[in-house]
Amino acid sequence: MRLHELPRGGRAVITAIYELSAEDVIARRLMELGFVPGEPVRLLATGPLSAEPLLVQVGSTRFALRIAEASRIEVAMEGESG
Amino acid sequence: MTTLRVALVGNPNCGKTALFNQLTGSRQKVANYAGVTVERKEGHLTTAAHHDVLVVDLPGAYSLAATSPDEAVTRDVILGRRADEPSPDLLVCVADATNLRLHLRFVLELLALGRPMVLALNMVDEAQRRGIHIDRAALQLALGIPVVETVAVRRGGAMALIKQLDLAVPPPQSHIATQDIHAQVRTLLQQTVSMPRVTDRRDEVIDRIVLHPVWGLVLLAAVLFLMFQAVFSWAAPLMDAIEATLQASGQALRHVLPEGALRSLLVDGVIAGAGSVLVFLPQIIILFLFILVLEQSGYLPRAAFLLDRIMMTAGLTGRSFIPLLSSFACAIPGVMATRTIQNPRDRLVTIMIAPLMTCSARLPVYALLIGAFIPQRSVLGLFNLQGLVLFMLYLAGILSALLVAAVLKKLRHDTSEHALLLELPSYRLPNVRDLALGLWERATIFLHRVGGIILSLTILLWFLSSYPAPPAGFSGAAIDYSMAGRIGHLLQVVFAPIGFNWQISIALIPGLAAREVAVSSLATVYAISGSDTAAAEQLVPILASQWSLATGLSLLAWYVFAPQCLSTLAVIRRETNSWRSTALCAGYLFALAYVASLVTYQVARVLW
Repeated sequence: MRLHELPRGGRAVITAIYELSAEDVIARRLMELGFVPGEPVRLLATGPLSAEPLLVQVGSTRFALRIAEASRIEVAMEGESG
Repeated sequence: MTTLRVALVGNPNCGKTALFNQLTGSRQKVANYAGVTVERKEGHLTTAAHHDVLVVDLPGAYSLAATSPDEAVTRDVILGRRADEPSPDLLVCVADATNLRLHLRFVLELLALGRPMVLALNMVDEAQRRGIHIDRAALQLALGIPVVETVAVRRGGAMALIKQLDLAVPPPQSHIATQDIHAQVRTLLQQTVSMPRVTDRRDEVIDRIVLHPVWGLVLLAAVLFLMFQAVFSWAAPLMDAIEATLQASGQALRHVLPEGALRSLLVDGVIAGAGSVLVFLPQIIILFLFILVLEQSGYLPRAAFLLDRIMMTAGLTGRSFIPLLSSFACAIPGVMATRTIQNPRDRLVTIMIAPLMTCSARLPVYALLIGAFIPQRSVLGLFNLQGLVLFMLYLAGILSALLVAAVLKKLRHDTSEHALLLELPSYRLPNVRDLALGLWERATIFLHRVGGIILSLTILLWFLSSYPAPPAGFSGAAIDYSMAGRIGHLLQVVFAPIGFNWQISIALIPGLAAREVAVSSLATVYAISGSDTAAAEQLVPILASQWSLATGLSLLAWYVFAPQCLSTLAVIRRETNSWRSTALCAGYLFALAYVASLVTYQVARVLW
């Protein structure tokens, strides 16, 4: 599943980052910010009034992401295989 | 003795600027990098061994693979690619000790350059509070560079770093492979850092309230409302004091100097003109105090988070919030701050609407008109009516900005991708010294404006309003015969439908140079045309008695929109590199201003 499909408060582990184009600056920046395979993530909250933006915890840092960015991140919920 | 050039580099939110302030104190200089509008801060310090050190505070960056002009400057300076900036002798890489998981990645990327480097573990006090233990010696050994601990916000908190600057730093002796930086970071953390908890419980508790869908928005509205109330009520006693001083000096000059051109120039021109702008210094300082506190505490990105969705409907991103909020102080730093928006279209739209945010230069005009036309009364026993009107003027600017942004989005058929990717840093208590330095910087910029452009324009206007002097036997007021009077009467043809008299029309011209000049111009025009010159220092009662309410409200509406600031237009030209965008911006703002004033004036005339 993708990061934005996690339930609120849900914990998961990143399994892959998808690059949507050859020069996907957003995917590269996500990795620089610590969104790399093997890293645990948590969806802490969403913005008021809608499902965006997402408040995501990776490592010790919290980031605000939109669905477009979060959908580049493939995650596996704990206890889930694949 | 040669000067050691040191560059501070690090991720955003690592406390780099606080460390810079700690190192250099008030010995700093703020300018721009040539060709770009990224702020360049440098300062000096002298070490215990009497070495002179030049410290440059580079813009925060997550990586050398730059995604914004700020990051590009940092990359170019470090790599020695800028012709105007010799590459630094020593890199001081600043990392937040509570967030090494993120910050060490950039440290390793810089380490791979093989340049002399020192790592400053900043905020070690915070790390201690959270029970984070860092084995400094082991980290130093693994990285092959000196590692020092700093507490940028504590007096003497940079001692270890300053001592280190006296020692020669060889290029790093590193055995770290750079293929997989993330794996390296993980290994380093395992070997040298123990963290009882990855996050700060305090941050989580605060965020639960601040980012709450209901309470978060309520809090945001309350913060902004408090800010505008404070600007009006806290500043009042200070403003009264400045005004009294100015009046006293005007009176004193009138007694000392003989009647004539020099006395008129000093009393009617300089003191009545530039002085009437100086009065607003307290309000501008209070406004900046709020913005700086919000910025340093870490609240601003939270506000961006809350507002992102709303901004998105208008075709903007939450990132636009910070430049737009800065525009409340002044559109110039606001337009410059749009450089952190990666998407060029988002950036252009943000630039276009930045002038609609009510800048502090409009405050003098609003304050004058509100003081003259809106009664001092409390509403519902809670709010000050004048503060309420001010809040509504700000709101009008914001709402029209959202509307304009939405229209621009429609016109552009925009379907491209917009990224947010915003870090929400840990909450920090704002530091008094950093606040004071920030306010000092802003106050000097304002005073330079008063002393430079505003003063010269005021004198020019005084000259235009005084000459040519009327011939003997001229029946009207002297100013009617002057150049200013004639230009004003000509312009009035255009401005009559929106209720502006010729005094306003004439004040609008120098007001183009800087909005607040309109106030000093009105003061000068009325000082010269008034029969009782002493009364001219009391602009408020004069306006209240000579203008209709409709005219006052119309001018307020005009100032919500009018692009009355050539420096803003100049910055827009420089930032967009396009005359077309600049003309479009000025054009739509003038059109909006005229229509808004027309409607306000005609409606107000019918109602009252």
